[in-house]
Amino acid sequence: MNKTILKTYNLTKNFGALRASDKISIDLRMGEIHGLIGPNGAGKTTLIAQIMGGLKPDSGVIEFDGTDITSFTTESRAQAGLGRTFQISQLAMDQTVLQNVVLGTVGETRGVWKFWRPVLAVQELRERAMESLSEVGLADKAATPVSELSHGGRRQLEVAIALTLNPKAFVMDEPMAGLGSDGSKKMTIFLDNLRARAPILLVEHDMEAVFALSDRISVLVSGVVIATGSVDQIRNDARVRKAYLGEDA
Amino acid sequence: MILTRENILNFVITAGLILVPIYAVIVEEPFTITLATRAVIFSLAAVGLNIALGLGGMVSLGHAVFFGLGGYTMGILAFHAQSYIPLFEWPILIEGTKQMLVVWPLAMIISAIAAFVIGLLSLRTGGVYFIMITLAFGQMFFFFSISWSAYGGEDGLSIYVRNQFPLVNTLVPIQFYAICLAILMLALWINARLAKSSFGLALSAARQNTERVRNVGLDPTSIKLVAFVISGAITGLAGALFADLNRFVSPTMFSWQLSGEIMVFIIIGGIGRLYGPVLGAIIFVTLEHFLGGISEYWLVFLGLLLLLIVLFSRGGLVGLLVGRERVHE
Repeated sequence: MNKTILKTYNLTKNFGALRASDKISIDLRMGEIHGLIGPNGAGKTTLIAQIMGGLKPDSGVIEFDGTDITSFTTESRAQAGLGRTFQISQLAMDQTVLQNVVLGTVGETRGVWKFWRPVLAVQELRERAMESLSEVGLADKAATPVSELSHGGRRQLEVAIALTLNPKAFVMDEPMAGLGSDGSKKMTIFLDNLRARAPILLVEHDMEAVFALSDRISVLVSGVVIATGSVDQIRNDARVRKAYLGEDA
Repeated sequence: MILTRENILNFVITAGLILVPIYAVIVEEPFTITLATRAVIFSLAAVGLNIALGLGGMVSLGHAVFFGLGGYTMGILAFHAQSYIPLFEWPILIEGTKQMLVVWPLAMIISAIAAFVIGLLSLRTGGVYFIMITLAFGQMFFFFSISWSAYGGEDGLSIYVRNQFPLVNTLVPIQFYAICLAILMLALWINARLAKSSFGLALSAARQNTERVRNVGLDPTSIKLVAFVISGAITGLAGALFADLNRFVSPTMFSWQLSGEIMVFIIIGGIGRLYGPVLGAIIFVTLEHFLGGISEYWLVFLGLLLLLIVLFSRGGLVGLLVGRERVHE
Protein backbone atom coordinates (compact mmCIF):
# COMPACT_ATOMS: atom_id res chain seq x y z
CA MET A 1 0.00 0.00 0.00
CA ASN A 2 1.25 3.45 -0.85
CA LYS A 3 2.16 6.06 1.72
CA THR A 4 -0.64 8.26 3.01
CA ILE A 5 -0.05 11.98 2.41
CA LEU A 6 -3.29 13.57 3.63
CA LYS A 7 -5.51 12.27 6.39
CA THR A 8 -8.46 13.49 8.42
CA TYR A 9 -9.46 11.94 11.76
CA ASN A 10 -13.01 12.34 13.03
CA LEU A 11 -13.42 15.76 11.49
CA THR A 12 -16.60 17.33 12.85
CA LYS A 13 -18.21 20.66 12.02
CA ASN A 14 -21.57 21.95 13.17
CA PHE A 15 -23.50 24.92 11.85
CA GLY A 16 -25.96 25.43 14.66
CA ALA A 17 -28.06 22.28 14.78
CA LEU A 18 -26.82 21.12 11.38
CA ARG A 19 -23.92 18.68 11.48
CA ALA A 20 -22.16 19.41 8.20
CA SER A 21 -19.24 17.07 8.90
CA ASP A 22 -19.78 14.09 11.16
CA LYS A 23 -16.57 12.36 12.27
CA ILE A 24 -15.12 12.30 8.80
CA SER A 25 -12.00 10.18 8.44
CA ILE A 26 -10.62 9.95 4.93
CA ASP A 27 -7.13 9.65 3.55
CA LEU A 28 -5.27 10.34 0.33
CA ARG A 29 -2.39 8.09 -0.72
CA MET A 30 0.51 8.75 -3.02
CA GLY A 31 -0.20 8.13 -6.66
CA GLU A 32 -3.96 7.93 -6.40
CA ILE A 33 -7.01 9.91 -7.28
CA HIS A 34 -9.47 9.77 -4.43
CA GLY A 35 -12.93 10.76 -5.63
CA LEU A 36 -15.30 12.42 -3.19
CA ILE A 37 -18.94 12.26 -4.24
CA GLY A 38 -22.24 12.93 -2.62
CA PRO A 39 -25.55 14.63 -3.32
CA ASN A 40 -25.92 18.41 -3.09
CA GLY A 41 -25.67 19.59 0.49
CA ALA A 42 -23.81 16.47 1.60
CA GLY A 43 -21.00 18.63 3.01
CA LYS A 44 -18.31 18.19 0.37
CA THR A 45 -17.42 21.85 0.13
CA THR A 46 -17.48 22.16 3.94
CA LEU A 47 -15.00 19.30 4.15
CA ILE A 48 -12.71 20.85 1.53
CA ALA A 49 -12.88 24.21 3.35
CA GLN A 50 -11.70 22.53 6.55
CA ILE A 51 -8.89 20.73 4.78
CA MET A 52 -7.73 23.99 3.20
CA GLY A 53 -8.11 26.12 6.33
CA GLY A 54 -11.05 28.28 5.29
CA LEU A 55 -13.19 26.73 8.04
CA LYS A 56 -12.08 25.61 11.48
CA PRO A 57 -13.35 22.17 12.47
CA ASP A 58 -15.11 21.88 15.84
CA SER A 59 -13.11 18.76 16.54
CA GLY A 60 -10.87 16.32 14.75
CA VAL A 61 -7.41 16.42 13.24
CA ILE A 62 -6.02 17.02 9.76
CA GLU A 63 -2.63 15.54 9.00
CA PHE A 64 -0.60 16.38 5.92
CA ASP A 65 2.76 14.89 5.04
CA GLY A 66 3.28 13.75 8.61
CA THR A 67 2.41 17.09 10.18
CA ASP A 68 -0.70 18.07 12.12
CA ILE A 69 -1.94 21.04 10.09
CA THR A 70 -5.29 21.49 11.86
CA SER A 71 -4.30 24.90 13.22
CA PHE A 72 -2.44 26.06 10.08
CA THR A 73 -3.63 29.08 8.12
CA THR A 74 -4.63 28.63 4.50
CA GLU A 75 -1.36 30.18 3.33
CA SER A 76 0.73 27.85 5.49
CA ARG A 77 -1.15 24.87 4.08
CA ALA A 78 -0.42 26.05 0.56
CA GLN A 79 3.24 26.49 1.49
CA ALA A 80 3.28 23.01 3.01
CA GLY A 81 2.27 21.69 -0.41
CA LEU A 82 -1.50 21.59 -0.74
CA GLY A 83 -2.55 22.83 -4.18
CA ARG A 84 -6.19 23.74 -4.46
CA THR A 85 -8.59 24.57 -7.24
CA PHE A 86 -11.93 26.14 -6.45
CA GLN A 87 -15.49 25.25 -7.31
CA ILE A 88 -16.16 28.92 -7.99
CA SER A 89 -13.08 30.40 -9.66
CA GLN A 90 -10.99 32.55 -7.34
CA LEU A 91 -8.89 34.64 -9.68
CA ALA A 92 -7.59 38.19 -9.99
CA MET A 93 -10.09 39.26 -12.62
CA ASP A 94 -8.39 42.51 -13.69
CA GLN A 95 -5.10 40.77 -14.39
CA THR A 96 -4.07 38.72 -17.36
CA VAL A 97 -3.99 34.95 -17.43
CA LEU A 98 -0.19 35.08 -17.31
CA GLN A 99 -0.15 37.44 -14.33
CA ASN A 100 -2.42 35.08 -12.40
CA VAL A 101 -0.10 32.16 -13.05
CA VAL A 102 3.03 34.20 -12.31
CA LEU A 103 1.45 34.99 -8.93
CA GLY A 104 1.57 31.25 -8.30
CA THR A 105 5.30 31.15 -9.07
CA VAL A 106 5.84 34.15 -6.80
CA GLY A 107 4.10 32.23 -4.03
CA GLU A 108 6.04 29.06 -4.68
CA THR A 109 9.42 30.81 -4.68
CA ARG A 110 8.40 32.93 -1.65
CA GLY A 111 9.53 35.88 -3.71
CA VAL A 112 6.85 38.39 -2.75
CA TRP A 113 9.18 40.87 -1.03
CA LYS A 114 10.72 42.12 -4.26
CA PHE A 115 9.78 45.68 -4.94
CA TRP A 116 11.78 46.82 -7.91
CA ARG A 117 12.19 44.38 -10.76
CA PRO A 118 9.19 43.98 -13.08
CA VAL A 119 7.95 40.51 -12.22
CA LEU A 120 6.98 39.64 -15.79
CA ALA A 121 10.55 40.32 -16.87
CA VAL A 122 11.89 37.61 -14.57
CA GLN A 123 12.62 34.93 -17.13
CA GLU A 124 12.58 32.03 -14.70
CA LEU A 125 9.13 32.84 -13.32
CA ARG A 126 7.75 33.58 -16.73
CA GLU A 127 8.98 30.32 -18.18
CA ARG A 128 7.55 28.29 -15.32
CA ALA A 129 4.25 30.06 -15.68
CA MET A 130 4.14 29.47 -19.44
CA GLU A 131 5.00 25.83 -18.87
CA SER A 132 1.99 25.42 -16.57
CA LEU A 133 -0.22 27.23 -19.05
CA SER A 134 0.94 24.96 -21.88
CA GLU A 135 0.20 21.89 -19.77
CA VAL A 136 -3.45 22.88 -19.35
CA GLY A 137 -3.68 24.18 -22.92
CA LEU A 138 -3.99 27.88 -22.14
CA ALA A 139 -0.66 29.11 -23.50
CA ASP A 140 -2.28 31.02 -26.37
CA LYS A 141 -4.48 32.91 -23.89
CA ALA A 142 -1.57 34.18 -21.74
CA ALA A 143 -2.17 37.85 -22.57
CA THR A 144 -5.96 37.70 -22.17
CA PRO A 145 -7.46 39.50 -19.18
CA VAL A 146 -9.15 36.94 -16.94
CA SER A 147 -12.37 38.95 -17.11
CA GLU A 148 -12.54 38.11 -20.83
CA LEU A 149 -11.76 34.43 -20.35
CA SER A 150 -14.50 31.81 -20.84
CA HIS A 151 -15.81 29.87 -17.88
CA GLY A 152 -13.96 26.77 -19.02
CA GLY A 153 -10.78 28.75 -19.49
CA ARG A 154 -10.99 29.93 -15.91
CA ARG A 155 -11.19 26.33 -14.68
CA GLN A 156 -8.08 25.49 -16.67
CA LEU A 157 -6.37 28.58 -15.26
CA GLU A 158 -7.16 27.45 -11.71
CA VAL A 159 -5.40 24.18 -12.44
CA ALA A 160 -2.44 25.95 -14.06
CA ILE A 161 -1.94 28.11 -10.95
CA ALA A 162 -2.07 25.03 -8.72
CA LEU A 163 0.57 23.39 -10.95
CA THR A 164 3.03 26.25 -10.44
CA LEU A 165 2.98 25.52 -6.70
CA ASN A 166 4.55 22.10 -7.29
CA PRO A 167 2.23 20.71 -4.62
CA LYS A 168 2.60 17.39 -2.84
CA ALA A 169 -1.14 16.86 -3.17
CA PHE A 170 -3.99 18.47 -5.07
CA VAL A 171 -7.41 19.26 -3.65
CA MET A 172 -9.75 19.93 -6.57
CA ASP A 173 -13.30 21.10 -6.15
CA GLU A 174 -15.23 20.30 -9.34
CA PRO A 175 -12.54 21.02 -11.94
CA MET A 176 -14.86 19.78 -14.73
CA ALA A 177 -17.77 22.07 -13.92
CA GLY A 178 -18.78 24.03 -16.99
CA LEU A 179 -16.12 22.58 -19.25
CA GLY A 180 -18.46 21.00 -21.79
CA SER A 181 -18.07 17.43 -22.94
CA ASP A 182 -14.97 18.07 -25.04
CA GLY A 183 -13.17 20.04 -22.35
CA SER A 184 -14.27 17.53 -19.76
CA LYS A 185 -12.64 14.71 -21.72
CA LYS A 186 -9.39 16.66 -22.07
CA MET A 187 -9.34 17.47 -18.36
CA THR A 188 -9.98 13.80 -17.55
CA ILE A 189 -6.94 12.74 -19.57
CA PHE A 190 -4.92 15.53 -17.96
CA LEU A 191 -5.84 14.55 -14.39
CA ASP A 192 -5.24 10.91 -15.22
CA ASN A 193 -1.61 11.75 -15.95
CA LEU A 194 -1.33 14.24 -13.12
CA ARG A 195 -1.79 11.63 -10.40
CA ALA A 196 1.70 10.30 -11.02
CA ARG A 197 3.09 13.69 -10.04
CA ALA A 198 0.91 14.25 -6.98
CA PRO A 199 -2.22 12.55 -5.68
CA ILE A 200 -5.58 14.26 -6.09
CA LEU A 201 -8.52 14.55 -3.75
CA LEU A 202 -11.20 15.12 -6.35
CA VAL A 203 -14.66 16.46 -5.65
CA GLU A 204 -16.67 16.13 -8.81
CA HIS A 205 -20.25 16.05 -9.99
CA ASP A 206 -19.39 14.51 -13.35
CA MET A 207 -19.99 10.84 -12.41
CA GLU A 208 -18.55 9.50 -15.62
CA ALA A 209 -15.30 11.31 -14.91
CA VAL A 210 -15.15 10.29 -11.25
CA PHE A 211 -15.69 6.62 -12.00
CA ALA A 212 -13.22 6.72 -14.88
CA LEU A 213 -10.49 8.46 -12.90
CA SER A 214 -10.71 7.42 -9.27
CA ASP A 215 -8.64 4.70 -7.65
CA ARG A 216 -10.87 4.97 -4.63
CA ILE A 217 -14.12 6.77 -3.96
CA SER A 218 -15.65 8.06 -0.75
CA VAL A 219 -19.35 8.77 -0.59
CA LEU A 220 -20.52 11.58 1.63
CA VAL A 221 -24.17 11.82 2.62
CA SER A 222 -25.47 14.34 5.18
CA GLY A 223 -22.00 14.90 6.59
CA VAL A 224 -21.23 11.21 7.02
CA VAL A 225 -18.86 9.10 4.91
CA ILE A 226 -21.10 6.12 4.28
CA ALA A 227 -18.60 4.19 2.19
CA THR A 228 -15.02 4.24 0.96
CA GLY A 229 -13.70 1.77 -1.57
CA SER A 230 -12.73 0.94 -5.11
CA VAL A 231 -14.96 1.93 -8.01
CA ASP A 232 -16.49 -1.54 -8.14
CA GLN A 233 -17.08 -1.68 -4.41
CA ILE A 234 -18.86 1.67 -4.53
CA ARG A 235 -20.93 0.66 -7.57
CA ASN A 236 -22.14 -2.45 -5.76
CA ASP A 237 -22.56 -0.96 -2.29
CA ALA A 238 -26.19 -1.25 -1.28
CA ARG A 239 -26.13 1.82 1.00
CA VAL A 240 -24.60 3.93 -1.72
CA ARG A 241 -27.15 2.76 -4.29
CA LYS A 242 -29.94 3.56 -1.89
CA ALA A 243 -28.65 6.87 -0.64
CA TYR A 244 -27.15 8.28 -3.72
CA LEU A 245 -26.94 6.47 -7.01
CA GLY A 246 -30.49 5.23 -6.50
CA GLU A 247 -31.74 8.73 -7.06
CA ASP A 248 -30.21 8.78 -10.51
CA ALA A 249 -31.47 5.37 -11.59
CA MET B 1 8.73 52.98 -22.97
CA ILE B 2 5.73 51.99 -25.02
CA LEU B 3 3.86 54.93 -26.52
CA THR B 4 0.39 54.39 -25.15
CA ARG B 5 -2.22 57.11 -24.86
CA GLU B 6 -1.75 57.02 -21.11
CA ASN B 7 2.01 57.56 -21.44
CA ILE B 8 1.37 60.54 -23.72
CA LEU B 9 -1.04 62.04 -21.19
CA ASN B 10 1.48 61.49 -18.39
CA PHE B 11 4.13 63.19 -20.49
CA VAL B 12 1.86 66.18 -21.17
CA ILE B 13 1.09 66.58 -17.46
CA THR B 14 4.80 66.37 -16.60
CA ALA B 15 5.65 68.93 -19.27
CA GLY B 16 2.96 71.22 -17.85
CA LEU B 17 4.40 70.88 -14.37
CA ILE B 18 7.79 71.96 -15.73
CA LEU B 19 6.70 74.68 -18.17
CA VAL B 20 3.98 76.53 -16.27
CA PRO B 21 6.22 77.57 -13.35
CA ILE B 22 9.02 78.56 -15.76
CA TYR B 23 6.51 80.73 -17.57
CA ALA B 24 5.47 82.17 -14.20
CA VAL B 25 9.09 83.10 -13.50
CA ILE B 26 9.39 84.83 -16.86
CA VAL B 27 6.22 86.89 -16.46
CA GLU B 28 7.04 87.39 -12.76
CA GLU B 29 4.00 85.85 -11.16
CA PRO B 30 5.38 84.18 -8.06
CA PHE B 31 1.91 83.34 -6.78
CA THR B 32 1.42 80.93 -9.69
CA ILE B 33 4.55 79.12 -8.53
CA THR B 34 3.14 78.88 -5.02
CA LEU B 35 -0.06 77.41 -6.45
CA ALA B 36 1.92 74.94 -8.53
CA THR B 37 3.97 73.95 -5.47
CA ARG B 38 0.74 73.38 -3.56
CA ALA B 39 -0.55 71.17 -6.39
CA VAL B 40 2.69 69.19 -6.54
CA ILE B 41 2.75 68.59 -2.78
CA PHE B 42 -0.90 67.54 -2.75
CA SER B 43 -0.07 65.25 -5.69
CA LEU B 44 2.68 63.63 -3.66
CA ALA B 45 0.33 63.09 -0.71
CA ALA B 46 -2.18 61.49 -3.05
CA VAL B 47 0.45 59.35 -4.79
CA GLY B 48 1.08 57.96 -1.33
CA LEU B 49 -2.58 57.22 -0.73
CA ASN B 50 -2.94 55.79 -4.24
CA ILE B 51 -0.54 52.97 -3.36
CA ALA B 52 -2.85 51.91 -0.52
CA LEU B 53 -6.14 52.75 -2.25
CA GLY B 54 -5.46 52.12 -5.92
CA LEU B 55 -3.12 49.14 -5.74
CA GLY B 56 -4.15 47.63 -2.43
CA GLY B 57 -7.84 48.58 -2.30
CA MET B 58 -7.48 50.00 1.21
CA VAL B 59 -9.94 52.87 1.54
CA SER B 60 -8.12 54.90 4.15
CA LEU B 61 -9.96 57.95 5.42
CA GLY B 62 -7.12 58.70 7.79
CA HIS B 63 -4.22 59.62 5.57
CA ALA B 64 -4.16 63.12 7.04
CA VAL B 65 -2.52 61.43 10.04
CA PHE B 66 0.62 60.90 7.99
CA PHE B 67 0.37 64.30 6.30
CA GLY B 68 0.07 65.89 9.73
CA LEU B 69 2.84 63.81 11.28
CA GLY B 70 5.16 64.83 8.47
CA GLY B 71 4.15 68.44 8.98
CA TYR B 72 4.61 68.36 12.75
CA THR B 73 7.94 66.54 12.45
CA MET B 74 9.16 69.43 10.38
CA GLY B 75 7.43 72.03 12.58
CA ILE B 76 8.70 70.70 15.89
CA LEU B 77 12.29 70.33 14.65
CA ALA B 78 12.22 73.85 13.25
CA PHE B 79 10.62 75.21 16.43
CA HIS B 80 13.47 73.82 18.51
CA ALA B 81 16.06 75.00 16.03
CA GLN B 82 14.77 78.57 15.90
CA SER B 83 14.27 78.85 19.68
CA TYR B 84 17.58 77.12 20.51
CA ILE B 85 15.84 74.78 22.94
CA PRO B 86 17.09 71.20 22.53
CA LEU B 87 14.48 68.55 21.75
CA PHE B 88 16.00 66.20 24.31
CA GLU B 89 18.91 66.61 26.65
CA TRP B 90 18.84 63.09 28.04
CA PRO B 91 20.05 60.41 27.35
CA ILE B 92 21.68 62.20 24.45
CA LEU B 93 21.45 65.77 23.32
CA ILE B 94 19.14 66.13 20.36
CA GLU B 95 18.63 69.55 18.92
CA GLY B 96 16.19 70.85 16.36
CA THR B 97 17.23 71.13 12.77
CA LYS B 98 16.51 73.20 9.70
CA GLN B 99 18.00 70.71 7.24
CA MET B 100 15.51 69.19 4.82
CA LEU B 101 17.77 66.18 4.36
CA VAL B 102 17.38 65.42 8.06
CA VAL B 103 13.71 66.37 8.33
CA TRP B 104 12.52 64.26 5.39
CA PRO B 105 13.80 60.86 6.51
CA LEU B 106 12.53 61.54 10.03
CA ALA B 107 9.11 62.56 8.73
CA MET B 108 8.95 59.39 6.66
CA ILE B 109 10.11 57.12 9.47
CA ILE B 110 7.62 58.58 11.96
CA SER B 111 4.78 58.34 9.43
CA ALA B 112 5.82 54.79 8.57
CA ILE B 113 5.75 53.74 12.21
CA ALA B 114 2.31 55.30 12.65
CA ALA B 115 1.13 53.58 9.45
CA PHE B 116 2.43 50.26 10.74
CA VAL B 117 0.49 50.54 14.00
CA ILE B 118 -2.69 51.89 12.38
CA GLY B 119 -2.46 49.32 9.58
CA LEU B 120 -1.89 46.46 11.99
CA LEU B 121 -5.10 47.29 13.83
CA SER B 122 -7.21 48.42 10.85
CA LEU B 123 -6.36 45.55 8.52
CA ARG B 124 -8.02 43.09 10.86
CA THR B 125 -11.20 44.51 9.44
CA GLY B 126 -12.34 45.30 5.95
CA GLY B 127 -14.83 47.38 4.00
CA VAL B 128 -16.66 50.09 5.87
CA TYR B 129 -15.03 49.17 9.20
CA PHE B 130 -11.61 49.84 7.73
CA ILE B 131 -12.78 53.29 6.66
CA MET B 132 -14.20 54.00 10.11
CA ILE B 133 -11.12 52.83 12.04
CA THR B 134 -8.73 54.87 9.90
CA LEU B 135 -11.06 57.85 10.33
CA ALA B 136 -11.07 57.31 14.08
CA PHE B 137 -7.26 57.31 14.18
CA GLY B 138 -7.29 60.53 12.19
CA GLN B 139 -9.59 62.16 14.73
CA MET B 140 -7.41 60.94 17.58
CA PHE B 141 -4.35 62.67 16.14
CA PHE B 142 -6.39 65.77 15.31
CA PHE B 143 -7.60 66.26 18.86
CA PHE B 144 -4.23 65.36 20.31
CA SER B 145 -2.57 68.08 18.22
CA ILE B 146 -5.19 70.60 19.36
CA SER B 147 -4.52 69.88 23.00
CA TRP B 148 -0.72 69.75 22.76
CA SER B 149 -0.13 73.33 23.85
CA ALA B 150 3.68 73.02 23.93
CA TYR B 151 3.57 73.09 20.14
CA GLY B 152 0.92 75.71 19.60
CA GLY B 153 -2.20 73.66 20.25
CA GLU B 154 -5.09 74.96 18.23
CA ASP B 155 -3.07 77.91 16.91
CA GLY B 156 -0.39 75.79 15.32
CA LEU B 157 3.28 76.56 14.91
CA SER B 158 4.85 79.26 12.80
CA ILE B 159 8.24 78.68 11.23
CA TYR B 160 10.13 81.87 10.47
CA VAL B 161 12.45 80.73 7.73
CA ARG B 162 12.08 77.87 5.27
CA ASN B 163 14.30 74.82 5.84
CA GLN B 164 17.57 74.51 3.99
CA PHE B 165 18.76 72.23 1.25
CA PRO B 166 22.40 71.99 0.15
CA LEU B 167 23.27 74.23 -2.82
CA VAL B 168 19.69 75.48 -3.16
CA ASN B 169 18.18 78.73 -1.98
CA THR B 170 14.86 77.38 -0.77
CA LEU B 171 13.51 80.87 -0.22
CA VAL B 172 13.31 81.40 -3.97
CA PRO B 173 9.90 79.96 -4.91
CA ILE B 174 11.02 78.31 -8.15
CA GLN B 175 13.92 76.56 -6.41
CA PHE B 176 11.71 75.17 -3.68
CA TYR B 177 9.25 74.15 -6.39
CA ALA B 178 12.00 72.28 -8.23
CA ILE B 179 12.77 70.28 -5.08
CA CYS B 180 9.12 69.34 -4.64
CA LEU B 181 8.70 68.40 -8.29
CA ALA B 182 11.83 66.24 -8.21
CA ILE B 183 10.47 64.38 -5.20
CA LEU B 184 7.10 63.91 -6.88
CA MET B 185 8.76 62.47 -9.97
CA LEU B 186 10.84 60.15 -7.82
CA ALA B 187 7.71 58.99 -5.99
CA LEU B 188 5.91 58.36 -9.29
CA TRP B 189 8.86 56.37 -10.55
CA ILE B 190 8.89 54.28 -7.37
CA ASN B 191 5.13 53.82 -7.67
CA ALA B 192 5.42 52.65 -11.28
CA ARG B 193 8.19 50.16 -10.48
CA LEU B 194 6.37 48.94 -7.39
CA ALA B 195 3.18 48.29 -9.35
CA LYS B 196 4.96 45.98 -11.77
CA SER B 197 7.13 44.19 -9.22
CA SER B 198 6.41 40.84 -7.57
CA PHE B 199 5.11 42.75 -4.58
CA GLY B 200 2.86 44.91 -6.75
CA LEU B 201 1.42 41.88 -8.50
CA ALA B 202 0.63 40.22 -5.18
CA LEU B 203 -0.78 43.44 -3.74
CA SER B 204 -3.05 43.96 -6.71
CA ALA B 205 -4.16 40.33 -6.51
CA ALA B 206 -4.83 40.77 -2.79
CA ARG B 207 -7.11 43.69 -3.65
CA GLN B 208 -9.03 41.62 -6.17
CA ASN B 209 -9.19 38.26 -4.45
CA THR B 210 -7.67 37.46 -1.06
CA GLU B 211 -8.54 33.75 -1.38
CA ARG B 212 -6.45 33.49 -4.52
CA VAL B 213 -3.45 35.03 -2.76
CA ARG B 214 -3.80 32.79 0.31
CA ASN B 215 -3.99 29.67 -1.79
CA VAL B 216 -0.66 30.32 -3.46
CA GLY B 217 0.86 30.50 0.02
CA LEU B 218 1.00 34.27 0.49
CA ASP B 219 -0.42 36.24 3.39
CA PRO B 220 -2.55 39.09 2.01
CA THR B 221 -2.62 40.98 5.32
CA SER B 222 1.14 41.37 5.61
CA ILE B 223 1.37 42.38 1.94
CA LYS B 224 -1.28 45.06 2.48
CA LEU B 225 0.38 46.20 5.70
CA VAL B 226 3.70 46.80 3.96
CA ALA B 227 1.90 48.73 1.21
CA PHE B 228 0.12 50.81 3.86
CA VAL B 229 3.46 51.65 5.49
CA ILE B 230 5.01 52.72 2.17
CA SER B 231 1.88 54.72 1.44
CA GLY B 232 1.98 56.46 4.82
CA ALA B 233 5.67 57.31 4.50
CA ILE B 234 5.15 59.03 1.13
CA THR B 235 2.17 61.03 2.41
CA GLY B 236 4.24 61.93 5.48
CA LEU B 237 6.99 63.35 3.28
CA ALA B 238 4.36 65.44 1.48
CA GLY B 239 3.27 66.78 4.88
CA ALA B 240 6.82 67.92 5.69
CA LEU B 241 7.01 69.76 2.36
CA PHE B 242 3.57 71.30 2.87
CA ALA B 243 4.65 72.69 6.25
CA ASP B 244 7.71 74.13 4.57
CA LEU B 245 5.66 75.70 1.81
CA ASN B 246 3.35 77.48 4.24
CA ARG B 247 5.97 77.94 6.96
CA PHE B 248 3.15 76.99 9.26
CA VAL B 249 1.81 73.82 10.86
CA SER B 250 -1.59 73.46 12.44
CA PRO B 251 -4.07 70.77 13.48
CA THR B 252 -5.95 71.22 10.18
CA MET B 253 -3.21 69.07 8.65
CA PHE B 254 -4.67 66.22 10.71
CA SER B 255 -8.32 66.98 9.89
CA TRP B 256 -10.58 64.43 8.31
CA GLN B 257 -11.49 67.00 5.66
CA LEU B 258 -7.91 66.81 4.48
CA SER B 259 -8.05 63.00 4.41
CA GLY B 260 -11.15 63.36 2.28
CA GLU B 261 -9.51 65.88 -0.03
CA ILE B 262 -6.54 63.60 -0.67
CA MET B 263 -8.99 60.88 -1.60
CA VAL B 264 -10.95 63.28 -3.80
CA PHE B 265 -7.79 64.05 -5.81
CA ILE B 266 -7.46 60.36 -6.59
CA ILE B 267 -11.13 59.88 -7.45
CA ILE B 268 -11.10 62.89 -9.78
CA GLY B 269 -7.90 61.78 -11.48
CA GLY B 270 -8.48 58.04 -11.51
CA ILE B 271 -8.08 55.42 -8.80
CA GLY B 272 -5.02 53.24 -9.32
CA ARG B 273 -3.82 55.24 -12.33
CA LEU B 274 -0.23 56.41 -12.02
CA TYR B 275 -0.94 60.07 -12.81
CA GLY B 276 -4.49 60.03 -11.42
CA PRO B 277 -3.51 61.70 -8.13
CA VAL B 278 -1.44 64.31 -9.97
CA LEU B 279 -4.18 65.29 -12.39
CA GLY B 280 -6.71 65.32 -9.56
CA ALA B 281 -4.58 67.55 -7.34
CA ILE B 282 -3.85 69.97 -10.18
CA ILE B 283 -7.54 70.31 -10.96
CA PHE B 284 -8.42 70.69 -7.30
CA VAL B 285 -5.88 73.46 -6.70
CA THR B 286 -6.85 75.23 -9.93
CA LEU B 287 -10.56 75.15 -9.11
CA GLU B 288 -9.85 76.15 -5.53
CA HIS B 289 -8.00 79.21 -6.79
CA PHE B 290 -10.27 80.38 -9.61
CA LEU B 291 -13.69 79.29 -8.37
CA GLY B 292 -12.70 80.10 -4.81
CA GLY B 293 -12.03 83.64 -5.99
CA ILE B 294 -15.54 83.91 -7.43
CA SER B 295 -17.54 82.33 -4.65
CA GLU B 296 -16.84 80.89 -1.26
CA TYR B 297 -19.27 78.14 -2.17
CA TRP B 298 -16.89 76.78 -4.80
CA LEU B 299 -16.96 73.36 -3.19
CA VAL B 300 -20.49 72.98 -4.58
CA PHE B 301 -18.95 72.97 -8.05
CA LEU B 302 -16.25 70.56 -6.96
CA GLY B 303 -18.95 68.28 -5.61
CA LEU B 304 -20.77 68.49 -8.93
CA LEU B 305 -17.58 67.61 -10.82
CA LEU B 306 -16.93 64.71 -8.49
CA LEU B 307 -20.46 63.46 -8.98
CA LEU B 308 -20.18 63.61 -12.78
CA ILE B 309 -16.85 61.79 -12.77
CA VAL B 310 -18.05 59.05 -10.45
CA LEU B 311 -21.24 58.61 -12.47
CA PHE B 312 -19.77 58.67 -15.96
CA SER B 313 -16.16 57.57 -15.73
CA ARG B 314 -15.01 54.75 -13.53
CA GLY B 315 -11.37 55.46 -14.26
CA GLY B 316 -11.61 59.14 -13.29
CA LEU B 317 -10.38 61.82 -15.69
CA VAL B 318 -7.42 59.72 -16.77
CA GLY B 319 -9.86 56.96 -17.68
CA LEU B 320 -12.04 59.47 -19.52
CA LEU B 321 -9.10 60.80 -21.53
CA VAL B 322 -7.22 57.63 -22.39
CA GLY B 323 -9.66 54.79 -21.73
CA ARG B 324 -9.31 51.72 -19.60
CA GLU B 325 -5.97 50.71 -18.27
CA ARG B 326 -4.06 48.43 -20.58
CA VAL B 327 -3.42 45.14 -18.86
CA HIS B 328 0.22 44.99 -19.77
CA GLU B 329 1.75 42.28 -21.95
